[in-house]
Amino acid sequence: MRPAISVKEKPKHSRSIARKGVHPYIYRGISASAVIVAGLLWWLISSLHVVSSLFMPSPAEVWAAFLEIIKDGYKGETLLGHIGASLWRLFVAISIAFVTAVPLGILCGRFRWLQAIFDPFVEFYRPLPPLAYYSLLVLWFGIEDTSKILLLFLSAFAPLFITSVYSVQRVPKDRISGATSLGAKGWSLYIYIIFPSCLPDLLTALRTAVGVAYSTLVAAEMVAAISGIGWMVLDASKFLRSDVIYVGIIIMGVIAVLIDVLIRSAMHKWCPWTEQS
Amino acid sequence: MIATPTFTSHHSEPVHANRSTQIIVDQVSLTYRPAWEEPVLDQINLELEQSELVCVLGPSGCGKTSLLHILAGYIPPTRGTVRINGKEHKAPNSSVGVVFQHANLFPWLSIAGNVEFGMKMKGIPKPLRKEKAAHYLQLVGLQEAASKLPHQLSGGMKQRAAIARTLATDPSIVLMDEPFSALDALTRESMQIHVRELWAKTQKCIMFITHDVDEALLLSSRILIMHARPGRIVQDFRNPLYSENKARNFNELRADRQFLELRESLLSHIASV
Repeated sequence: MRPAISVKEKPKHSRSIARKGVHPYIYRGISASAVIVAGLLWWLISSLHVVSSLFMPSPAEVWAAFLEIIKDGYKGETLLGHIGASLWRLFVAISIAFVTAVPLGILCGRFRWLQAIFDPFVEFYRPLPPLAYYSLLVLWFGIEDTSKILLLFLSAFAPLFITSVYSVQRVPKDRISGATSLGAKGWSLYIYIIFPSCLPDLLTALRTAVGVAYSTLVAAEMVAAISGIGWMVLDASKFLRSDVIYVGIIIMGVIAVLIDVLIRSAMHKWCPWTEQS
Repeated sequence: MIATPTFTSHHSEPVHANRSTQIIVDQVSLTYRPAWEEPVLDQINLELEQSELVCVLGPSGCGKTSLLHILAGYIPPTRGTVRINGKEHKAPNSSVGVVFQHANLFPWLSIAGNVEFGMKMKGIPKPLRKEKAAHYLQLVGLQEAASKLPHQLSGGMKQRAAIARTLATDPSIVLMDEPFSALDALTRESMQIHVRELWAKTQKCIMFITHDVDEALLLSSRILIMHARPGRIVQDFRNPLYSENKARNFNELRADRQFLELRESLLSHIASV
């Protein structure tokens, strides 16, 4: 059978977001240069002994502390052990938050009465600083992982839930109508149409949730903990080990950036159509 | 066979009643609340048959889209019924296909995935789905775009994919809601030619909503004219320009004296609301 259309149309090419005439890598180069300049300033200030090394250890000292922690660990736990403890709490809490907040949010977005049940509670605890109710959680569940995971879960739940509610209400009506005219109904409508429609918003919410949970995590480990990268920094401060504090802070920052890159690349892979403006 | 349009009766006789009737709209009225307001649709009676391409013409607000939504099952009529092959049609399903004004493709699925979607919902096994999707993509000339995502396609290509997706579930009737009104003039013309060819090949019953008189005259085998306040069908006639034996090209049709006369009278008729 011959193709029935005669007029050839050109498919669109996805436009790059680069500003006109400038190669996008140039901005990466500028960023890299800025970081290098800041590093040089750090090295200069510390080597001139303008400020005491207690406040600002030299890059060499920090590097030495880093190697030492890698080799010997910190207070009975390896560096990877501390990082792993923190990331495990984060991972478990975020996973539980995602698989509970998203389905519940989607259902609440579809059914007003369900939303009416959950709204007052979410609206009440959402603006609370997580550390305010952390003391309660510690009281109930102790200073082990349970209370921390619960705290992170609560802090990640709100942004995911609220975004799900909002996002499901924004699914175009025609898209749902069209899907039902193709035979979708009941659960398949949720799984094949509504969830994928919300996915771009959900991944953006996941970025927010991870950010909130991450900052809560570090704070929680500083309040009551026996392991974790946040605890390492707090513990080091008690012994005025500023080199270890610097190592901890840099590691925390790098981890946060890596997590964000991971989610962004997931967005790029799963929702390429949202990148078109 | 070619009847001249009769601009008189309210609900004229079905045009070729000897064929097996497929879709019956029986005394359908639609009233939004408050109930004392004038109905959006008032006692619509309509019979649509296999291999008809019916264009519904009317000014905006005449209820043509409401009628389409009732036929699709998206909104229940206040009174009356829609029956498809004898069965009452109450909720949307794949027996009534809908092509929207914008392509309305699922952006996360490839073009082939979009075309397969309806068959997936029907539970057709994957190999057969793939084979049929390839057939329908071939039919609309999109076989090379099968693995692309919708956002990578032009407006006309998207709308062709949407038509292929609707045809792939093998509906009894295809409803089209001003499907080409968002396209540029050149693409629109190629899409109109395309729809006429598809219709000839598939012999589907197509109900095509438009406010473009030229489009209705070029495409249809039958034309319905609707008026507003209350929404009702005021004319129902065979398009005298349509002949079953030979499909005339658009330029030839446009130059036809009868085309110009019909165009004039339809325009004045629609404008006289």
